[in-house]
Amino acid sequence: MCTTCGCGSDTVTIDGKDAHAGQQHAHEHDHAHHHNPDEPHAHRRTVSLELDVLAKNRLLAERNRGWFAGREVFAVNLMSSPGAGKTSILERTIRDQRDAMAISVLEGDQATSTDADRIRAAGAAVVQINTGTGCHLDAHMVAHGVEGLALQPGSVLLIENVGNLVCPALFDLGEQARVVVISVTEGDDKPLKYPHMFRAGQLLLINKIDLLPYVRFDMERCIDHARRINPDLEVLQLSAETGEGMPAWYAWLTSRAEKRSAFRHGA
Amino acid sequence: MHELSLAKAVVEACADRAAGARVLRVRLEVGRLAAVLPDALRFCFEACAHGTAVEGAELEIIETPGRAVCHACGDTVPLATPCGRCICGGVLRIVAGEELRVKNMEIA
Repeated sequence: MCTTCGCGSDTVTIDGKDAHAGQQHAHEHDHAHHHNPDEPHAHRRTVSLELDVLAKNRLLAERNRGWFAGREVFAVNLMSSPGAGKTSILERTIRDQRDAMAISVLEGDQATSTDADRIRAAGAAVVQINTGTGCHLDAHMVAHGVEGLALQPGSVLLIENVGNLVCPALFDLGEQARVVVISVTEGDDKPLKYPHMFRAGQLLLINKIDLLPYVRFDMERCIDHARRINPDLEVLQLSAETGEGMPAWYAWLTSRAEKRSAFRHGA
Repeated sequence: MHELSLAKAVVEACADRAAGARVLRVRLEVGRLAAVLPDALRFCFEACAHGTAVEGAELEIIETPGRAVCHACGDTVPLATPCGRCICGGVLRIVAGEELRVKNMEIA
């Protein structure tokens, strides 16, 4: 029976993935429905949905992932609180890797194109996504964002999420890797305070290590906290300012990007 | 405030499937480890429902507990936050408590 209106024989139960999204209630009715909101309605019915709230975003994210794979693009989602140094890391990466890697950038911010201007000045193609009141990027924004980039096979797409350690953790963009950035000025207890974010990432970049002599930041404690939440988390310490530790990040990017490409060619 | 995006998704999904009927109540399962604040979600739900078939509907939130399985000893343990270790020292894998699911809705 159709649980939407009680007619027919099929059950509208949607499980997990949003299988019926956008489908119209198309089967034939032998009776008309006229709903007057002022009229007390005789049949109050429960419609079973079993619908994952994030299903739509997940579906779009999987589409993005396929799109990236088909073009041999290695897409990375960079997340951090505001001011951890995501844009500075990107700028330095673009400048240092100009001859080694083709890098494009999607910039997510609530407002302004300041970051996109910085990326462009560093020498990479960039599209700025302004989320307005939105506190995170989602898969739909990324799908439209990449339309403005001529992504080449074998290239790297760095997606700089909106600075926020909470919301972006929930929204899959279709990336192949998630990188969390924190800086030594933020406190070594951050992983425990924002566990969802640290659980979502594969790589943790600890930025601004040039400031370690001036701040109270226990590196070992921070890494221990992060691994308590995510035992498989890789950790790299670096400074986008001085360049210290950056080569390890470049090596990580290169090896991951090459793996994608090798996979495609059956190596 | 990702609760706003989530509330919007819930309202859209329910309004789509209501097929012209009025939605009176929405039952939502929210895991304790899902990084979602029920109060914020309720607030956003009301705002997003305005002007749709879901306007005025009651949002019933069923909170589900977190549960994890230990990689080392295989025990299932309750989990209040998305981190922690088993008493045996083993690493925990979350198996429940991250749900974010519209169970059903009442329409008329």
